[in-house]
Amino acid sequence: MKLTGSQILCESLLKEGVDVVFGYPGGQVLPLYHTLTQYPALRHILVRHEQGAVHAADAYSRVTGRIGVCLATSGPGATNLITGLANAYMDSVPMVAITGQVPRTMIGRDAFQEADITGITIPITKHNYLVMDVNDLARTVKEAFYIAGTGRPGPVLIDLPRDIQQELADFHYPARLNLPGYKPTLGGNPLQIKKAAKLLAEAAKPVIIAGHGVRISHAYGELKQLAETLQAPVITTLLGISSFPESHELSFGMLGMHGSAYANLAVTDSDLIIAIGMRFDDRATGKISAFAPDARVIHIDIDPAEVGKNVKVDVPIVGDAKTILVELNKEIAPKRHDAWLAQLNGWKREFPSGFEIRESETILPQYVIRKIWETTKGQATVVTGVGQHQMFAAQHYFYDKPNSFITSGGLGTMGFELPAAFGAKIGLPDETVWCIAGDGSIQMTIQELGTIRQENADVKIAILNNGFLGMVRQWQELFYERNYSATPLWCPDFIKIAEAYCIPAQNVTCKADVISAIEKAMATPGPYIINFVVEPEENVYPMVPPGAGIDNILHEPRKEAC
Amino acid sequence: MAATKHTIVALVADRPGVLNRMASLFRRRGFNIDSIAVGHSETPHLSRMTIVAEGSNTQVEQIRKQVEKIIDVIRVQDISAQDIVTRELALIKVKAGAENRSEIMQIVDIFRAKIVDVSADSVMVEATGDEEKVDSLYNLLKPFGIKEMTRTGRIAMTRGEQSGRREDTAD
Ligand SMILES: Cc1ncc(C[n+]2csc(CCOP(=O)(O)OP(=O)(O)O)c2C)c(N)n1
Repeated sequence: MKLTGSQILCESLLKEGVDVVFGYPGGQVLPLYHTLTQYPALRHILVRHEQGAVHAADAYSRVTGRIGVCLATSGPGATNLITGLANAYMDSVPMVAITGQVPRTMIGRDAFQEADITGITIPITKHNYLVMDVNDLARTVKEAFYIAGTGRPGPVLIDLPRDIQQELADFHYPARLNLPGYKPTLGGNPLQIKKAAKLLAEAAKPVIIAGHGVRISHAYGELKQLAETLQAPVITTLLGISSFPESHELSFGMLGMHGSAYANLAVTDSDLIIAIGMRFDDRATGKISAFAPDARVIHIDIDPAEVGKNVKVDVPIVGDAKTILVELNKEIAPKRHDAWLAQLNGWKREFPSGFEIRESETILPQYVIRKIWETTKGQATVVTGVGQHQMFAAQHYFYDKPNSFITSGGLGTMGFELPAAFGAKIGLPDETVWCIAGDGSIQMTIQELGTIRQENADVKIAILNNGFLGMVRQWQELFYERNYSATPLWCPDFIKIAEAYCIPAQNVTCKADVISAIEKAMATPGPYIINFVVEPEENVYPMVPPGAGIDNILHEPRKEAC
Repeated sequence: MAATKHTIVALVADRPGVLNRMASLFRRRGFNIDSIAVGHSETPHLSRMTIVAEGSNTQVEQIRKQVEKIIDVIRVQDISAQDIVTRELALIKVKAGAENRSEIMQIVDIFRAKIVDVSADSVMVEATGDEEKVDSLYNLLKPFGIKEMTRTGRIAMTRGEQSGRREDTAD
């Protein structure tokens, strides 16, 4: 029996184990939407904007380790995916995006709602396809999922002309793939692993820098074993947060622009860095020439192009973090670094900023985060937007649960939080999901409250409302003579917005109500919004000024006693 | 680090958009392509590309690794440091009246180039060779007046071993 292109697509998605598709319909995907109702096993979730679909699929992927799928119509639907695709690409998130395209005969004629989406997305997808023959469709889907999920993961886009959705063909899901140009390296080179073990045995001041790669390859146990055997401090990148339990005595927080002073000093002073699944992003390294001047570098990464891209590497090991760490752990003997760890702990006592929260009458955003941490006992999955609230969420919630911090790292996409929190909740229906939002950031995708309501998704939303585009305002304060150009932000009455979406909500304007509001949110089934009116000009400290070395740390200035 | 010209050869799947992917990658990574030449290879459905670009060794190594990540690229190699043969084809239309036609023909002969078309006031010269040879020929013909020129850009192949083999990286 022959199937239509749409049926072939649905069957193929089922073969790949897909159970949720985040999408938005339109003319050029109508045949597919018509078919979707025949496939109740493919749960379609209607978002309010395609950017919502792609961020939801992104977070769904991150929390489940499966491949998130989003679907959009051609032209404007497809181009609305761009930000989210770039976001997933920068953060190495596996995803398959399916877009409708005008019928084949119309391609290239500037037909209504035609956009060259494969052309547009070349630099922001791992790979993409324009399907021009229905007989290629099943193989294309298989390849897309394979490419998205293996090696260094990333988004893959399939553009599907409308007539192909209707055309008939036999359905054969290929058992094997033939991709001669795609052979990701998984196992690390044994000689390099031995070399790394030797350097680790010799180092007096080693640090482990753990990145997103540890989470992507689920190398939590292996990382812990490495750290404990070597008694070496573990520092994470922003996306590496929740790859290592932060309550562990070897955990020394995050490095980089808003990393802790002790993490930045440790990396700068170290004699050996073992970087695992991180790409030496400038937000993490600061000025490259000042980055860890005395350290040798072991770099474990699945993407050979990352090795030596930004810093000089002494021992490159290309492959999957988990596979490599298993082998490396066999090569190393227990060690102690008491003096080194004592030095780090000394810095921790000396420079507590970004860790301790100062006394304040007003509600400090850090305080809100800390109370959410306490109330959820560190067991929530925390999803953030981009801005100060993101950094506060990174600094003041202590992530012990693996893979529990979901944020937009590489692209820094405002508006990520709400759809991503929703996508995370769909992926983790039994877990507590907290969305930490900025008053600016949330307004970029606030319409996804509609999706959350429609699906009755139990997402707890904390808006840290400072009435500013806070992070930009902070830069203006520190580096642009406090010229607040375009950063004061009028906000709508978020409670009325919540009401309009039939979501319970409350304002919190005094510190005494913070805890009870969080508890109320937790006790209320379904979504809940708290608008925390926080100290308007609070800054994120410590801070490394842009372009400076990471040991060039601005600490929180002492506030005058009033 | 010193920027030098690099010759990169890639074996790629013969699919629509591959050239675009390649060019887009060079553009996005801030590399200027001097020339890019593509044509069929010895294997059906595979094309061979020769790209000439300028950069330091580290930059070019980075771009090579990025190119390798393109799914449609089967293998890629920077063959600059190897023993290679490079060729370019040029068509040059030179002003040529009866008075200087024989002089032009002599120059063309010396370069083992060919005259492939003649009209009342011009000749078309076909030349192949490495870029220096084509450059010298061009310089000698220039005084007569060049009406039009087109060059293919470099194609290259290593002597002996097969070009564009995937390098077994030391890691
Ligand atoms: C889509 C997008 N546009 C602009 C920016 C630049 N940007 C980074 S942080 C920021 C301010 C964020 O403000 P808000 O969401 O209120 O969070 P806060 O910093 O106050 O916590 C802006 C505008 C961005 N990261 N993303």
